[in-house]
Amino acid sequence: MAVPVAFFAVFFAYPVAAITGRGLTVDGVWQFGRIGEVLGDPDIRGVLWFTTWQALASTGLTLLIALPAAYVFARLDFPGKQLLRAVVTVPFVLPTVVVGTAFLALLGRGGLLDELWGVRLDTSVWAILLAHVFFNYAVVVRTVGGLWSQLDPRQEEAARVLGAGRFAAWRRVTLPALVPAVAAAALMVFLFTFTSFGVVQILGGPAYSTLEVEIYRQTAQFLDLPTAAVLTLVQFAAVGAILAVHAWTVRRRESALKLVDPSRTARKPRGVGQWALLGGVLATVAALILVPLGVLVERSLDGPDGYGLGYYRALQSAGASGGTFLVPPLEAVWNSLEYALAATAIALVVGGLAAAALTRRAGRLVRGFDALLMLPLGVSAVTVGFGFLITLDEPPLDLRTSWILVPLAQALVGVPFVVRTMLPVLRAVDERLREAAAVLGASPLRVWREVDLPMVRRALLVAAGFAFAVSLGEFGATVFIARPDNPTLPVAVARLLGRAGDLNYGQAMALSTILMVVCAVALLVLERMRPDRSGSGEF
Amino acid sequence: MSTTKKFAATALAAALGVSTLAACGGDKGDSGSGDGKKSKTVTLVSHDSFNASEAVLKAFTKETGYTVKVLKSGDAGAALNQEILTKGSPRGDVFFGVDNTLLSRALDNGIFTPYEAEGLGAIPEGVRLDGDKHRVTPVDTGDICVNYDKKYFADKKLAPPKSFDDLIKPAYKNLLVTENAGTSSPGLGFLLGTVGQYGDDGWESYWKKLRANGVKVVDGWEQAYNEEFSGSAGGKKAKADRPLVVSYASSPPVEVLYAEPQPKEAPTGVATGTCFRQTEFAGLLTGAKNEEGGKALIDFLIGKKFQEDMPLNMFVNPVIKDAKLPELFTKHGVVVDKPQTVAPEKIADQREQWVKSWSSLVLK
Repeated sequence: MAVPVAFFAVFFAYPVAAITGRGLTVDGVWQFGRIGEVLGDPDIRGVLWFTTWQALASTGLTLLIALPAAYVFARLDFPGKQLLRAVVTVPFVLPTVVVGTAFLALLGRGGLLDELWGVRLDTSVWAILLAHVFFNYAVVVRTVGGLWSQLDPRQEEAARVLGAGRFAAWRRVTLPALVPAVAAAALMVFLFTFTSFGVVQILGGPAYSTLEVEIYRQTAQFLDLPTAAVLTLVQFAAVGAILAVHAWTVRRRESALKLVDPSRTARKPRGVGQWALLGGVLATVAALILVPLGVLVERSLDGPDGYGLGYYRALQSAGASGGTFLVPPLEAVWNSLEYALAATAIALVVGGLAAAALTRRAGRLVRGFDALLMLPLGVSAVTVGFGFLITLDEPPLDLRTSWILVPLAQALVGVPFVVRTMLPVLRAVDERLREAAAVLGASPLRVWREVDLPMVRRALLVAAGFAFAVSLGEFGATVFIARPDNPTLPVAVARLLGRAGDLNYGQAMALSTILMVVCAVALLVLERMRPDRSGSGEF
Repeated sequence: MSTTKKFAATALAAALGVSTLAACGGDKGDSGSGDGKKSKTVTLVSHDSFNASEAVLKAFTKETGYTVKVLKSGDAGAALNQEILTKGSPRGDVFFGVDNTLLSRALDNGIFTPYEAEGLGAIPEGVRLDGDKHRVTPVDTGDICVNYDKKYFADKKLAPPKSFDDLIKPAYKNLLVTENAGTSSPGLGFLLGTVGQYGDDGWESYWKKLRANGVKVVDGWEQAYNEEFSGSAGGKKAKADRPLVVSYASSPPVEVLYAEPQPKEAPTGVATGTCFRQTEFAGLLTGAKNEEGGKALIDFLIGKKFQEDMPLNMFVNPVIKDAKLPELFTKHGVVVDKPQTVAPEKIADQREQWVKSWSSLVLK
């Protein structure tokens, strides 16, 4: 418990508190009057209103589109299912710089919709909502689908034998069991869309702004720390509330449900209805996820002399002519992998310890800590980045110019994933097994090795995979942290996009494609290691 | 309980392993930085657009014995704000990349220690915006101008616009895309250009006309240039339909440089009567650990070697009179005779108000 608490305090709570405090004090006197002032500003109130309703709308739309897929992934068996499950998760870990570009291609002028029906959605709120569905599809599919696949279908069948209609059986038996998972997924989607930054900035155009965008503007552009601090507090309160409700639903979900091995519940589709559903889901995945990803690949291959690997070859030389980079952009791949490995190691240690501690002690305080560990997901990257700057500035913790700061910031985002993956598995280990082993004379180390480790190992690998993929795609915090010149993949992509010229644009697309493939491979490996049982596969 | 402890111990060992790894990794990157006076490393803090060729950085080491370590963090505004926050305990010795739109913020916050650079005489008076105080040294200039798609105007047999006044003519209706002045530095530069041209009383009515003439505003340069502008590589792929974009005077040479094979003529041109001049400065950070090295670095930044290396790395113009421009610039670039400028103090005083009025005029 001590390690995660210390990590969280030093690398999250303290920096965020310091930067917020700096904004709200003048010569050591707290200026709470600012809160009323900022909240009274009609512009800010407009931002709050937009942030809330677009998050609600995004969540609703995501549930609507992704719930049928959750069913299909849980109950139906079809070739390529594992691959597809990895593919739909790729967007979740892709940086928004990359996705924004792909989405504009799809929804903007000359995009697919424009050519087919003359519909253009860029700089409309529809583009934002659809992109949010794109990003969060996997959250619903994994959280709800993960549980659904473990519900025993025989319970429903039993109800039907007893005379209930098909719908009534579903409503009385399956639905109540699913509700907590749906609620948890909805809350996560709400959290991610409520704090949406890149999507809104790129697709919404300047007319739309969320709290997160506004915090970035006030901090990074105007250095208006008081306003930023007030907005940070507002976001904190909102995210805190979301997480509190989330923690509550998670606990309810972990209450006794009779779970079975998912491999026994899925079967080949039967009947027109199931085939139609499968077809519909596959079509949605193709239109909503594969097409935007495909656009990136297409553009990365579309050179001036027709299709080819020219842009990929250009990535290997230090700026074919002149220099956007001192080193070949391809080195960003290795930088990213190194950072992500370090971040994964940190996240595993911190998250693993936290999960272990949370399993054993269930006091109110500890449960609060569980929710607290999720907070980094909902706090703006610029706040964390600038917080690092004013707190980690004295030896022995003058880390501001050290490369370790990048993996540390990335690990903050990875820890919640590790905790959420490990916790259900650890909780499922029967305490009596450990006691039995101890009674039979096993040393504590042996108990851990023989009882806990075999059960936890796979979950640990899954957690590692997620932390790794999330670190690879992390952009927000990384961009504000001073780096000796070795950019990560997303930073390199952003830098290439920030330059005119055919070669730069093409290389940006090629790097994005590489990032996408690396993420997909990490996720695919992870798919193969899914634990047989347990409610993991969340998010 | 004891199993938890064991798990904790194992994990802690792993954590220690990670931090040892971190320590080793850290060493190779910044050997000896922060070791006080004897340090042989000088640290340059800058924004993400900073670039210098390796040969030039090596030449500096050869001349002075100092190795340059470059730290980049975010865009120009974010990088400067981070310097202001760390005032007195800076991350490096020299900061490069504060421009005239942000200069007053930097100076008012006192993050720089005055230093009169050697070789300052080679820089024209006009760009030395800090006068005799020498808190900052000008390093480069660049112009924010409307770019146009040559092919579009040739196909339509329409003359491309030349001036701010042209942009509100009916012939150029629905052709221009620009950036949000609140979040993007070219967007702000273009707004300041109109303030320079039409003055405090006239710029708002100009923007009303520009809006009536169908100007489109997007959030950042990347979207404007790569997605909306029909003259860029990205724009062509995206089938963009705006042949006018707010970008830089150096964008056409960049289009040539980053094309394979390089075309004889740049696909885009510059409306030279729509330019706002940006000057970027470097300064010695107050509290720098290696002040001597920092001074040597500033001298080097305005030395001929660095100045002549700069255009092809950062696509800006050298600030010293006798630096030779690369052929790419003389051939495909333009000379902007009368760029608009606005005094830094005035920008500092009024920027927020201007951006606010602009937002409600153009975005709402």
